[in-house]
Amino acid sequence: MAAPAAPARPRLGVFKFASCDGCQLTLLDCEDELLPLSAEVEIAHFVEASSDIQPGPYDLSLVEGSVSTPEHLERIRRIRAESRYLVTIGACATAGGVQALRNYADAEEFRAAVYAQPEYIETLATSTPIEAHVPVDLELRGCPIDRGQLVEVITAFLADRRPDIPNHSVCFACKRRGTPCLPVSRGIPCLGPATHAGCGALCPAYGRGCYGCFGPSGSTNMPAMIPLLRSDGMSDEDVLRLLHTFNVNDFTAIEPEREHEVEPGTKLPGEPR
Amino acid sequence: MASATAPPAAGDTACVLDRDGMGALVRELRARGRTVIGPTVRDDAIVLAKLESAEELPYGWGVEHEAGYYRVRRRPDGAAFAHSAGPQSWKSFLHPERVRQWAADRGPDGEMTVRPERDEPPSFAFLGVRPCDLRAIQIQDRVMIGGPHRDATYGARRGGAFLIVVECTEPGATCFCVSMDTGPAARPGYDLALTEVVDEAGHRFLARAGTDEGAEILAALPRRPADDLTRTRAREDVEAAAGRMGRTMPEVDLRALLAGTLDAERWNDVAARCLTCGNCTMACPTCFCTTTEDVTDLTGDHAERWRRWESCYDLDFTHLPGGSVRGSGRSRYRQWLTHKLGTWWDQFDSSGCVGCGRCIVWCPVGIDITEEAHALHQESLDGQAGTEDGRP
Repeated sequence: MAAPAAPARPRLGVFKFASCDGCQLTLLDCEDELLPLSAEVEIAHFVEASSDIQPGPYDLSLVEGSVSTPEHLERIRRIRAESRYLVTIGACATAGGVQALRNYADAEEFRAAVYAQPEYIETLATSTPIEAHVPVDLELRGCPIDRGQLVEVITAFLADRRPDIPNHSVCFACKRRGTPCLPVSRGIPCLGPATHAGCGALCPAYGRGCYGCFGPSGSTNMPAMIPLLRSDGMSDEDVLRLLHTFNVNDFTAIEPEREHEVEPGTKLPGEPR
Repeated sequence: MASATAPPAAGDTACVLDRDGMGALVRELRARGRTVIGPTVRDDAIVLAKLESAEELPYGWGVEHEAGYYRVRRRPDGAAFAHSAGPQSWKSFLHPERVRQWAADRGPDGEMTVRPERDEPPSFAFLGVRPCDLRAIQIQDRVMIGGPHRDATYGARRGGAFLIVVECTEPGATCFCVSMDTGPAARPGYDLALTEVVDEAGHRFLARAGTDEGAEILAALPRRPADDLTRTRAREDVEAAAGRMGRTMPEVDLRALLAGTLDAERWNDVAARCLTCGNCTMACPTCFCTTTEDVTDLTGDHAERWRRWESCYDLDFTHLPGGSVRGSGRSRYRQWLTHKLGTWWDQFDSSGCVGCGRCIVWCPVGIDITEEAHALHQESLDGQAGTEDGRP
């Protein structure tokens, strides 16, 4: 009698779009979990880790990066079609990333200013999140993502349970770890009250105000948040810079109307000088 | 109290400890196996932390605070307990922010074994409990262990805790314990009560025991009998503190006020300012809400259930199929305030507010519970004035 075949392991795919690879590296950084993970899943597509690339379908696809080129438009549809669950990881994939600054400027001008031979660069005028193109099952925020949250998503997938990824503010984490509120006790500007939790309130624990790398929380009040940043010493330009970085698309979407109006001649962050 | 059945110690146990006596108190508690928690300066704030010695107390430090503002300041008088409304409360130790409730393992045979968590907390001594905080602990006692379903985690921590109340002689700008009838003088429920006195006769603490264990510990310390000057000065300082509250609540039935103002325009006003960040609930010494968190490992053979602090400002707090019941900031702020000042009475037969002022100080945008209550009161008066029979 033949031995029973080992049950097929779920197939994991890791994919990259316009991004710096930092979020994929977070998976490689899961040192304690990597060996047991490879026993539980078949790592079928993870270019950062292995040149052994298997075709789809994939049971869980982790997608890093934003849609930034015409080729991306096709590729993300194919990956979606080949994936049972598609989870986007990081600010690029969930919000368009820092490269979405070009959405608020002239992408042609950037291309001409940055590249020696701009004719080699084929790019879209905008950088957009994956969700703008295909249905996404879960978004994992952060620049980069949090290792613990990534492990939570994978273990939840394996146990077929809902992952615990709270939608509330960074303040929850500061209070839980006992960090005295920076704006209140030191007058340090901090975007934590409007920022999505998930990092464990890392920066405030070291005396640095949150700069919103996880994007907006599920419940924000920017008309109240912005005056707080101003009263803690930020100029209007500082506030603009804070909101217009890794998650510029998501923060722009919730800014009060008046914040959209940029005085003529104002240089946006990252704009060619 | 360390022992719930211990009667108040017989006779007058009042005595005077000097700064060495305070040092001896911490040593005595530690020698008895207690983990001493008290105020100390850390991260530009006076926080509650484990103390190795009384020298870690914030001697010579005070605080300056206002709505949304807190700064530590040097004090020339060397006082250790002349501060209020710190960033944490004792609930951090009695009702920790995250605790495991059980763990489960699946054996090679597929059999599941569930192990309830056996919390073996340290034997705490809390040094520097303010009278408002003592009341907050008693309110959480009612919530966590005062009903038919006792919370084992809280019960185990609270049951053995030795409480040293320090009366309040230096109320802050955001304090309103007088309005809530919780201070500034110590009320029953302590093992030891201290009153810090700093004057020309020196820096000292008037001490008295509330339980036999408190009396036993006092007896083991270098001390002297309470003299009239110290007694008088301690009484005067606490009485003076009662007159220096930075805030008041409107002198009305707050429960009725909140029940009658559910549709007030003021909720829109406060919602425009509220960040819905949840800081007030986590700084509050009585807010107790939690949610559960299930953790599994990669193999699926090990699972754990944890409990962590949750807040009514979190959209997930009322998440049901179809979305959050309280989707707007208005509905969430209103839920918090009406529960704290109003429906807490229906649920637990007391107010949920002790007047400590933490929610005012630690709100990043300085929303002030007393100002909101006054505004609701004013709006209800205005509404009555507009109708002939005085009814809204």
